[in-house]
Formats: sequence, C-alpha cells, structure tokens
Amino acid sequence: MEKLLSEFSIGLFFWQTVIFVLLIFLLKKYAWKPILDAVNEREEGIKNALLSAEKAKEEMVSLKSDNEATLKKARAERDLLLKEAREMKQQLIDDAKDKAKSEANKIINQAQEAIQNEKNAAISDLKNQLASLSVEIAEKVLKEKLSDDKTQMDLVKNLVKEVTLK
Amino acid sequence: MKQSKFLLSIVFSLIFGLSTFASSIKVSEKEKKQEGGIKIEIKDYITHHLKDSHSYSITSWTNKDTGKKTYIEFPLPVILYDEGFHFFMSSALKHGKSVVESNGKFYKLNYDNSKIYKTNKQGDLEYDENNYPINETPLDFSITKNIATIILVALLMFMLFTGLAKSFALNKGISKGIGRFFEPIILYIRDEIAIPNIGEKKYKKYMSFLLTIFFFIWFLNMLGLTPLGVNVTGNIAVTFSLALITFLITNFTANRSYWGHIFWMPGVPVLIKVVLAPIELLGVFIKPFSLLIRLYANIQAGHIVLYSLIGLMFIFNNMVGSSLSFVLAFFISIIEILVALLQAYIFTMLSALYFGFAVAEEDH
Repeated sequence: MEKLLSEFSIGLFFWQTVIFVLLIFLLKKYAWKPILDAVNEREEGIKNALLSAEKAKEEMVSLKSDNEATLKKARAERDLLLKEAREMKQQLIDDAKDKAKSEANKIINQAQEAIQNEKNAAISDLKNQLASLSVEIAEKVLKEKLSDDKTQMDLVKNLVKEVTLK
Repeated sequence: MKQSKFLLSIVFSLIFGLSTFASSIKVSEKEKKQEGGIKIEIKDYITHHLKDSHSYSITSWTNKDTGKKTYIEFPLPVILYDEGFHFFMSSALKHGKSVVESNGKFYKLNYDNSKIYKTNKQGDLEYDENNYPINETPLDFSITKNIATIILVALLMFMLFTGLAKSFALNKGISKGIGRFFEPIILYIRDEIAIPNIGEKKYKKYMSFLLTIFFFIWFLNMLGLTPLGVNVTGNIAVTFSLALITFLITNFTANRSYWGHIFWMPGVPVLIKVVLAPIELLGVFIKPFSLLIRLYANIQAGHIVLYSLIGLMFIFNNMVGSSLSFVLAFFISIIEILVALLQAYIFTMLSALYFGFAVAEEDH
C-alpha cells in the first residue's frame, strides 16, 4: 500500500483526469452523439421500411382479395343478367306464341261461327224456298187433279175412308 | 481518410518530430559485470519500465568498448510547481546525470524511481535505507511518457470517431472503412452493456462515458503491448482517475431509491437496517475501488510476466531455454491482447452495472 501511494503521481492523475474528461465531452459532441443518432435513425429507417413493406404486402393481399371478390360479383351479375335475358327471351317467345295461338283460335272461331251462321241462313232460306216451292207444286198438282168432279169426289171419298171413327 | 492520415502525421510530428533527437551520454561502467548482474539488470529494467518516465524512450544501448550509453528517445516537457512554475525539457535532466537549474532552484532526477527531487547546486541527494532519496519533491505536472501516450490516444480517438461520425453523415447512416470495424463494437456497448444494465429509458446519458472509457482503456492496453513499452493503464494514478469518474457519475446521478437502499434498506427489520447501512456505505467506495485495483493489477501483472519471460531469454542464454521462453512470451502476448480487451470490457460493464444500480426504479 505504501509502495502504491509512493508510486501515485499527482501530475499524472491531474493530466489524466483533465484529458479524459475533456475527451468525454469532445467525443460526446463531435462523435458519439452524431454516431448514435445516425445509428438510431438508420435503425428507425429499417424498422419503418420493414413495417411499410409488411403493410404494402397486406394491402396487396387485401387488394387481391378485393379484386377477386369484385370479379366474382361481376361474374355473378353477368350470369344473372344472361339468365334474365334468356328468361325474358323465352317469355317473349312464349307470349308471342300464346298470343298468336289465341288470335288464330279467335279467327278460326269467328270463321266457324260465320260459317255456321251462313249455313243456318242458307238452310232456313232453303227451307223457305222449299216450302213455297212445295206449296206451289202442291197447288199445281191440286189444280191439275181437281179439275174434274170425279177426281174431287174420289179424293173426298178416300179422305173420308181414311178418317175412321174410333 | 486522406485527411485523417494527414492530421495523424501532424499530431505525430507535433509530439515527437519537432523534438526528436538522439542523445549520447557517457555513463560509468556499473558493477553489473559481476555474478548475477544480468538478473539485477533485468529486474531494474522491469521496475523502471513499469514506472512513468520523463522522456519517451524508444531504445537504448551501451557501447561495450567505450562504455557510452546511447538513448534513442523523445524529450518531453517537464513542468514543476515549486513556488511558481518551472518549465524545461526532459533532455536537460540527462537521466539523472545532471542538475537542472530553473528560476534559481535546482532539480535532479532520481533514475531508479523516475522522480524529480529538489537539490542544491551540486546535485546532492540524501538516501534512506531503501535507497530512495529523502529530498523534497516539487509538484510534478510534467508531460510524462504516460501523459504523452494519453494525449496521443485521446487525439487518435477523437480523429477516429469524428471520422466515423462524418462517414455516417456522408453515407446516410452507413459506415465506411475503419468505421465498419468500430461500429459493431459501439453497437455492442449500447445493446449488450448499456441497455441491459442501465435500462432502455436512462442509458442514453451514460453512453458517452461508457464508449469513451471502453475505447480509452482498450487502446491504452493495446498500446502497452507494443514495443513503445508504455504502461499507462497499469499505473495506479490513471486507474484511480478512471474509477473516480465512475464513482462521481454513479453518486451524482443516483436517485432516491439508491440512497434509500444504502442508508435505510427497505423490507428488513430495523436492527438489520442499522447494521446494513455502514456495510452498504462501504460498498459505495469498494465498488469503484475494485475497478481501479482490478485494471491496475491485471495490466501491471501482465507486463511483469511478459517482461520477465523476455528477460528469461537473456538469463538462459542458450538455444533450448531461450526458445522456450520466447514461445512462452509469445503466447502470453496473445493472452495479453485478450486481457487488454477483456479488462476494457469489464471496466465498462461494471461501470454500467453501477450506473444501473444508481438509477434503478423502485419496482421490486
């Protein structure tokens, strides 16, 4: 201990302390602070870059799924539209067919009715004509037959014969 | 990068270049030629190396024929306070061979313990039984070898890390060049030392201290392993200063809960509270004290072992023994490189832990 104390140089201690403290402050100002700041900034930058890359990746994934969803929706919509169009077409065709059929039926019915009417009219006309014709014929026949008294008497007798009393 | 190299060369020339010189001093042949002389020489060499020095010596050798000792070194300024400041270059001391006169006062270096003593015109020193001078010592604020190294490391760190900060600013948060090596270490200190020990919320205000102390200790430890032969972090004054700063920061930033746990431990009977208070209070001082002793002892011991093993090479002075000690010294060097990092890590880690205690929230 005594040897250590005798070796202790106050001058060396003084200069060492002065130089070392000075060195700490100088290095703090001109070296450590800029270095540590730069390193911090760099680390911060790397961290941010990584974070933003991760974010971009996530965004891309969500964008992709969004796109897919949109595409799916569009496809479904297209399918729906096509289906609707097809249905509409079918309906239009069916409607047209129905309408045509009913129209045709109507026309046919009307025609049939007209034919019937015409037929009926013709029949009745024919009946009338036949009746008058037969009356005329009968008139002429009667006139012919009843031109003498004998035939008249025969007829009456025949008639009387036919009319039997029951 | 080019600019920082240019700056670095300026710093080197400021510290060394301008004052570079090689001095030749004639020394008398010592009584080291006798039996066991080399052991004493090695012991002296190691002891001398572990201490601070007033000049930055690179190498020295003795010419065997002329007995002239040649030093290759950089002189450093000597600043003494003794009723006014005295200023001269360390080259004037001539490794304790000459007396320096400054403002009417005389000073002489005692080479064995690298201390400057007040003396008279003739340079007479009186010694005690342990062969240490008992003359008065002036307050020594010299820029010694250790302080020059500390300044060098401080400048190196300043250039290195402001350069890193600039490269961050230029490249939008990406480091370039040497910064690529230091950036993970800075992040390690933040993520593995500061945040787990202090907490996410409060670690920021301690970061400057933790980063500075880690690199400061590490660089100084590493420099201690170079052939420059400095022993800064193995010096008690340096580790004391570092631990004192940790101590001051801990206690000045401490919250109510920290002091509450020291003086009036919650959740225990009153009698135990009374017993615990002095123990806890002692702990406040022991914690940083352990820091200063741990760093000092580890680096000091590492240097002693390494230098002893190198010295063994000269003691064996044969192929087998010398190569064996070389291999050992080589492996110890590698371990010391690890220890250099480990001690810096431990100091930083424990400082962070103490700061963590000081600002811990009362949530248990």
